[in-house]
Amino acid sequence: MSDTHAETVAFVRETMLEEQAPPVTTVGLIGWARTNLFTGWFNSIVTVILGILVVYLLMGLIPWILSPTWNATSLNQCREILTAMGRVGEHGVSGACWGVINERWIQLMFGFYPSHLYWRPIAAFILLGVAMAPILFSDRVPTQLLYFSAAYPFLFPWLLWGGTIWGPLSAAAGFVIGFYVYRYASRALSNLAGLVLGVVAALVWWLFLGPLLSGELSRVLPIGIEAVESRAFGGFMLSITIGVVAIACSLPLGIVLALGRQSDLLIVKYLCVGFIEFIRGVPLITLLFVASVLLNLFLPPGTTFDIILRVLIMVTLFASAYMAEVIRGGLAALPKGQYEGADSLGLDYWQAQRLIIMPQALKISIPGIVSTFIGVFKDTTLVSIIGLLDPLGLSNAIRADSNWNGIVWELYGFIAVIFFIFCFSMSRYSMYLERKLETGHR
Amino acid sequence: MTTLTDPPKEQFRLSMLIYDTRYRSGTIQVIALIGFMLLVSWLISNTVQNLAALGKPIDFGFLTEPASYDINQRLIDYNSRDTHLRASIVGLLNTLVVAVLGCATATVIGVVIGVLRLSNNWLVSRIMAVYVEMFRNVPVLLWIVFIMAILIDTLPQPRDFRGDDAEASMILGDSVAVTNRGVYIPEPLFGRRGEEGNFTSWRHGFGDIAIGASESDPDCQSYYASEGPFAGRPAEGCGVVQVSLDLVAIIIVLAGGFAVSGWIKRRADHIQESTGDRPTTWYLRLGVVLVPLLILLWVQGLYFAKPELRGFNFQGGTHLRNSLIALWLALSLYTAAFIAEIVRAGIRAISHGQTEAASALGIRPNRIMSLVILPQALRVIIPPLISQYLNLTKNSSLAIAVGYMDITGTLGGITLNQTGRELESILLLMLVYLSISLIISMVMNWYNDRVKLRER
Repeated sequence: MSDTHAETVAFVRETMLEEQAPPVTTVGLIGWARTNLFTGWFNSIVTVILGILVVYLLMGLIPWILSPTWNATSLNQCREILTAMGRVGEHGVSGACWGVINERWIQLMFGFYPSHLYWRPIAAFILLGVAMAPILFSDRVPTQLLYFSAAYPFLFPWLLWGGTIWGPLSAAAGFVIGFYVYRYASRALSNLAGLVLGVVAALVWWLFLGPLLSGELSRVLPIGIEAVESRAFGGFMLSITIGVVAIACSLPLGIVLALGRQSDLLIVKYLCVGFIEFIRGVPLITLLFVASVLLNLFLPPGTTFDIILRVLIMVTLFASAYMAEVIRGGLAALPKGQYEGADSLGLDYWQAQRLIIMPQALKISIPGIVSTFIGVFKDTTLVSIIGLLDPLGLSNAIRADSNWNGIVWELYGFIAVIFFIFCFSMSRYSMYLERKLETGHR
Repeated sequence: MTTLTDPPKEQFRLSMLIYDTRYRSGTIQVIALIGFMLLVSWLISNTVQNLAALGKPIDFGFLTEPASYDINQRLIDYNSRDTHLRASIVGLLNTLVVAVLGCATATVIGVVIGVLRLSNNWLVSRIMAVYVEMFRNVPVLLWIVFIMAILIDTLPQPRDFRGDDAEASMILGDSVAVTNRGVYIPEPLFGRRGEEGNFTSWRHGFGDIAIGASESDPDCQSYYASEGPFAGRPAEGCGVVQVSLDLVAIIIVLAGGFAVSGWIKRRADHIQESTGDRPTTWYLRLGVVLVPLLILLWVQGLYFAKPELRGFNFQGGTHLRNSLIALWLALSLYTAAFIAEIVRAGIRAISHGQTEAASALGIRPNRIMSLVILPQALRVIIPPLISQYLNLTKNSSLAIAVGYMDITGTLGGITLNQTGRELESILLLMLVYLSISLIISMVMNWYNDRVKLRER
């Protein structure tokens, strides 16, 4: 009985205690700081020293960045403005000279592209975003946009280089002709024969019929926009052009090379291995030397073509060798049961690749693929060594200008920040894609 | 009873080359091979035609012609009368110098940053993350030219060091001068020379040996002389390669010291296995390496020549040029960011149970990292580390952007432009890089095999 119990025990709690708030030192900002910054005396000292360093750095950096020199027209004028403000430190004036960016940012973006045609690269890159949307964010945009993505590779060079519209149209027609020949021939004869005939038809069109027809058409119906020479290309426009083309072309080439390297056909395998290892063994700069001085030697006498096209070819080959190795890693990581499962369903080689192997292998290799993309985009700066005017090539010219002689941090900092934005967003996108495609089992 | 009969022998038909899987792979391969050979022969015939039209058939004879350009940074003797071949070798050595320096520095920085990125201290791990993202997402060429520009445009000029109230001063006890023309550091020299160039003490090193010297060469007079202060010492330009006997002696003594030290360690292991007690050996092991080395250095008369400001520039000491420093710093900092990520991934690949088991045994955190985690993580880290070393070596070809005379600058730069032998120069250049890559990956694969997990 509770009464008797009450006599023997002094106090019995009959209700639950009110839930209390945790101690202030373990939750919220203070708790977070205690677990992450001030655990133990050593960590506390490190935190304090580093904190002071960071604050000191920011106190130097922020006033330097916030310097009102946007309208200066030379380094000397910057110094005058800063001296008039009394911002003179131990080592001369302190403060950035943003006038150089104000004066040259358009050049850093477009190089020497004719200024009345700036709308064309701008349109090309905006449309590039539209064309990539259905590929990058397939679950958020209508699928019909894919038709535009398919047409975009022909629109892109036409917008940038200009000229007659019949050239890109005839190139596109080659693909259409090849596809239809393949379709009818593979129904009438066999799959393999269809493939061979389709490729032959497309090649015949591109090499012989297409140029003839487009030449005739452009004479009869001269529809086109003003042509721009490759020499006028420069700045980030050039970097992005080279980067995008090399990225877009190297993925399919890399898949083919990786499949070749994994193949049972010995000769095909060793050709692919030789190509991949050769390209990966030499620096890109030697391949760019090949593009700038040797490529014309390898082609029939009298052929000359554009330096940017030559660079594009070499950068694409370079990127595809690296891509092949990344994709081979994905293929090797796939359990053997997947290949056997595909075989047991009676799929042939290409069906198995397309439906079972590649979707999984590519998913596994997304981080590697994206870091190859980032590498290619960063490597586009190497073209400045063979004399193309990418941002780095332009920066040399700007630093040689007597007005801006001696400018360092502002110019390179600006270029570095833009590269950082591109590369960092690519790596963030790859993380998003990994999360999206994560199916919970590997 | 049934009799097994062979299936009727199929007649070989031409269509089976395509439709029969037994033959199809052969067909495809033959077609691929023919296609490849056609392509190659087409390229070669084009090249031969083009070269004939230009009037310069393939010829490597230019390598033996005098180069007639100077190389300011070199490990072996070189002057402008030497051949293009020797210029290329000087360049190759410069490539190797920057690659070795860069790999070593990048590894140290990368491991430190990779470990610190996993620190429990939020501020430390954030700062390291900022470092990694900053260097990884900006092109290495930009870093190279950026650092070069900083060195040239923001460091003091040599003339700022002059006068009583100089604007700049040398650091580390007046032994290192950091100027916009490069960094001057003390140079280790053997044998003290007096004012007239005579050796003032009895200790004057062992001198150099000139390989490939001939008595008829005027540069070699002192080498073959029997008396005089420089007897037995080859002048610059004598022989193909001069090898410093002092360095050879140091290497021999060091190798001997390490061998004895290894023997002491094995003996200690042996004693530990038989008795359970490990004798203290660190002072013995340190002693057998250091004592003979110090005696040798004293015998050789080692001293450090400090750089001094004379005229418009610093004289004496070793001159580290801006181009080398910019390239070295940029390559190491850039590659370190990648190595840090590799190290971090490698450490995180080791299961947490290992850490917990080690702390259950009473091992302290620092020792857990060095004794338990890192040795296991190494197996995950080594293969990608190899490819980073390869990348660094290949990226060292960007030296051409800052004028560091590596092999791209000599063979692929000035030699190519002077002789007009594009095809030959670029072929040789690619061959050199290909061999370096293959050698590095062979050595590192051998090492990888050694540390690989031996599975039963």
